[in-house]
Amino acid sequence: MEVSISLRVDGEQRELAVDTRTTLLDALREHLGVTAAKKGCDHGQCGACTVLLDGRRVTTCLSLAVACDGATIVTARGLAEGGRLHPVQQAFLECDALQCGYCTPGQVCSAVGMLEEAKAGHPSFVTAGLTPPAELSDEEIRERMSGNLCRCGAYANIVAAIRAAIGKGAAS
Amino acid sequence: MTPFAYERASDAGAAVARVAANPDAVFLAGGTNLVDHMRLGMAHPQLLVDVTHLRFATIESLPDGRVRIGSGVRNSDLAANRTVRERYPVLSQALLAGASGQLRNLATTGGNLLQRTRCAYFQDVTTPCNKRKPGSGCSALEGCNRDHAILGASEQCVAVHPSDMAVALAALDATVVVLGRQGERRIPIADFHRLPGNAPQRDTVLEHGELIIAVELPALPVAALSTYYKVRDRASYAFALVSVAAALEVRNGLVEDVRIALGGVAHKPWRALHAEAMLRGAAASEQNYRRAAEAALADAKPLKHNAFKVPLARNTLTMVLRNLTAGARR
Repeated sequence: MEVSISLRVDGEQRELAVDTRTTLLDALREHLGVTAAKKGCDHGQCGACTVLLDGRRVTTCLSLAVACDGATIVTARGLAEGGRLHPVQQAFLECDALQCGYCTPGQVCSAVGMLEEAKAGHPSFVTAGLTPPAELSDEEIRERMSGNLCRCGAYANIVAAIRAAIGKGAAS
Repeated sequence: MTPFAYERASDAGAAVARVAANPDAVFLAGGTNLVDHMRLGMAHPQLLVDVTHLRFATIESLPDGRVRIGSGVRNSDLAANRTVRERYPVLSQALLAGASGQLRNLATTGGNLLQRTRCAYFQDVTTPCNKRKPGSGCSALEGCNRDHAILGASEQCVAVHPSDMAVALAALDATVVVLGRQGERRIPIADFHRLPGNAPQRDTVLEHGELIIAVELPALPVAALSTYYKVRDRASYAFALVSVAAALEVRNGLVEDVRIALGGVAHKPWRALHAEAMLRGAAASEQNYRRAAEAALADAKPLKHNAFKVPLARNTLTMVLRNLTAGARR
């Protein structure tokens, strides 16, 4: 069953017709050619398909495109503005926070969303007394990023990159 | 995936009427479990009625001290809510123990209550499963049942409920508010989820077409000192082997009030009422906590691969009560 929907993707208004069965991830990749969001497990378990949906990090493989009609989406591609990388992207490069890079766009979007959540005062499971700390510890970063798997095991440098991005004011 | 029609509901009554009238219609909220089931070939709805645009996304403090949580409130927003963090820390912690940041931004309060077991056989359409296909048999009974139930199971089904949030709600004596064709009804959380018995295909007492519109928390001062402890195979982002939601109030060395619910052990959140009754008025001592934990697990009937859950649950519960006594939240 085909339906017409409209999405704002990386700053551009896009109109498309999709089958109701199409996930947001497939709509981005197969219909709009936006391949920054990656398909890993396709079951919401690996985080490779993470984007910012109306400003919040979500997996796109478990959302139906039709249910996102009218939404604003930012993928890793759209995080860079005017040819300048987002501070989190720059930190991933400088800290060598990847090997194969397949999970990286999802990691980067997740980190950007996660830093916004921390800035808004959201606690995590490891937050003592549920009162968020002024600065995220490595333990906090790991817990808050646990929805993004990296088969290469670049975790140590991913944590370092996020710590570096925080140092450069990525959270503000 | 089987083809289906999609409608975005703008009125709750109309959404209920629409789904109630069609046996192949279902409500869609965050979709994190339903869409996966549709893709795995476990669910074949012909109509999805999207309820995420209904006005059930607020958390209200009521004048009598209760808190009313709209069924559309996202898990991440509920966990971060200041009132919930301060008055019901066990609920915030349980939510934060579940899934990942990305999924919590999608998943809703109502949907979390209705998520289905992660039993591998239930999710594999090539194997017998009484929950997925009544009468086909239970593959877990003699199969890989490490993650399965030790309390309240039946010959038909040994699956466990996967929700962390629901375990906290059980400890808090929450009420589930439901809208049906005949209007609203209120279901105590203890009666909301079912034991498998002879009808494991039914996880809850909801009738087809009934929509969860809110979850209400009682004032419950004891909940101010409460905690959720989850034991799992990984440090994060994994379902519970065993979990404990508990609240405790100690006065002059005696247990004034206590609430205990266990997760990962049964087809529904397992409220330990007998253990609570033993503790009320008793000395807040290690020995009494251990006795209560033994009582909570006295009826456990482990399967071939999950006997470890019995001492694990007992020890975890004892530790949680000890930690709460020391005033710690974790």
